[in-house]
Amino acid sequence: MKEIVVISGKGGTGKTSITAAFAFLAGSELILADCDVDAADMHLLMKPDFAISENFFSGETARIIQDNCIACGKCLDVCRFNAISIIKGQYIVNPVNCEGCGYCARVCPTETIVNDIPKVGEWYKSTIKTQGTMIHAKLNIGADNSGKLVAKVKNEARQIAQDLNKELILVDGSPGIGCPVVSSLSGASFVVLVTEPSVSGLHDLERVYQLIKNFNLPAGCIINKSDINLQKSKEIIAFLDENDIILIAELPYDERFTKAMTMGKTIVETENKQLTKLIKKAWKTINNQIS
Amino acid sequence: MRISIASGKGGTGKTTLSTNLSAFLAEGSEVVLADLDVEEPNSGLFIRGDLISTEHKYKMVPEWKEDACTLCGLCQKVCNFNAVIRLANQILVFPQLCHGCYACSELCPTESLPMIPQKMGQLSLYKRGNLNFVESRLDVGEEQAVPLISQTIDYIDQHFPEAKYKIFDAPPGTSCPVIEATKDSDFVILITEPTPFGLHDLKLAVETIRSLNKPFGIVINRDGLGNDDVIEYCTKQNISILAKIPNSRKIAELYSQGELLYHQIPEMAQALKEIENYLSKLVIQELA
Repeated sequence: MKEIVVISGKGGTGKTSITAAFAFLAGSELILADCDVDAADMHLLMKPDFAISENFFSGETARIIQDNCIACGKCLDVCRFNAISIIKGQYIVNPVNCEGCGYCARVCPTETIVNDIPKVGEWYKSTIKTQGTMIHAKLNIGADNSGKLVAKVKNEARQIAQDLNKELILVDGSPGIGCPVVSSLSGASFVVLVTEPSVSGLHDLERVYQLIKNFNLPAGCIINKSDINLQKSKEIIAFLDENDIILIAELPYDERFTKAMTMGKTIVETENKQLTKLIKKAWKTINNQIS
Repeated sequence: MRISIASGKGGTGKTTLSTNLSAFLAEGSEVVLADLDVEEPNSGLFIRGDLISTEHKYKMVPEWKEDACTLCGLCQKVCNFNAVIRLANQILVFPQLCHGCYACSELCPTESLPMIPQKMGQLSLYKRGNLNFVESRLDVGEEQAVPLISQTIDYIDQHFPEAKYKIFDAPPGTSCPVIEATKDSDFVILITEPTPFGLHDLKLAVETIRSLNKPFGIVINRDGLGNDDVIEYCTKQNISILAKIPNSRKIAELYSQGELLYHQIPEMAQALKEIENYLSKLVIQELA
């Protein structure tokens, strides 16, 4: 089983639109995993049926049962996250600030602090418009533990791939370099970096590449909107050469990506022959890399 | 006044708006801009002021001292993040998993896990006229952005209590780092683009900001691209649209070179003026 993970460092480079186009080309054989759980958009293009939906619980949030509280203040003393305050003489936990470390409950002499395991999101198993399978999720707003939900999505995708005897998982990762990205990358066979030729595109590519190097993963890069700044495109290509990253494709700036999106379509489902050809070629290059 | 600039979706123009608005406001007032997108800080690529100072930022993590340790295993039991593990005859600490709650350290009966500082990133202060720019940069390999965001906000409160505008360029998304970057602000500007992805993620961002009970308004970037669904949504939800920035290839090109826009794009200057007017009314209300 192979896992291709698409990430971008910087947001808005076209990662999801491009991943969705690949998923469309791969058809029913593919298991698609949307690991951008914080702002998941893939479902807008792939028409999932949400056939199975499950709640996801993770972490802890402290709650003080007022009846037994003797107002000793120990919880307030030990909390490093400003999550406990005294309101009208009562000790109260602010769930937004609570990190879920459980320290307060451990020192409470009357055992009056309980730790609730909150529902932090939902995950879904769907059949999508290609008749392929997609595992996706929705993280509750403000929730912690996005990395754990990403791990859940990936594990479910692997399980279903095994059950259905499928060979390929395509993962839409999240932006940044923090825990959800690290979680997206675990177990990857090949990483596709989507970037754009801008000062920030190059900067974020360099940082996210350091992360990939830490994991020793082979990688390729797609430069989207490459004609917006030819000089920066050249600099990106020089960076790729230096670091043995394959240049998978250069795609032109084209607002028809957005047009397709407003129709709920991937770009390869439209009449855009030039972009379709480039994306087909890119998908073939990626597949050659993992075989 | 603290203003956070956030968006659900990445790449909708948070940094463009933060940097341009800060530079624009700094033409008349003292402004501090903080790049709180510590995983991928980009504001500095557009501001390029003079470097005033730079300092390492640390988080506190436990370090095992084996001398007095009885290997009782309490540390492992109290750690909710699997950052401390007892393995045969030693205690292993995984600093990147540690949330710095001190439970293992303070509950250890033999004081064998003192907390020590570990570098997680770097904070730099730049100056460009009236504009003070604070950039925090998380070390690659560090997984948690929240402690660095929180320390950066503390730094600003200590060093710039008097600044008229404190602008926070927040990270994308709706999870813990965004909450950290917006929860103590007086006003939140959500920037979006008029596309299905933009609208979908805007709704999540609105839900997030409403859950924090913050006043907020919307700026539409790349106006003219996509469709009218974002505007319809704002009207229905009674959300103020503060300004619109047009969709233009010229803007994308200037952005790609790291240029500020408002000197060259009159529509951008106009949008910033509208936002400034809105904000100054809020400042007056705050004083009243």
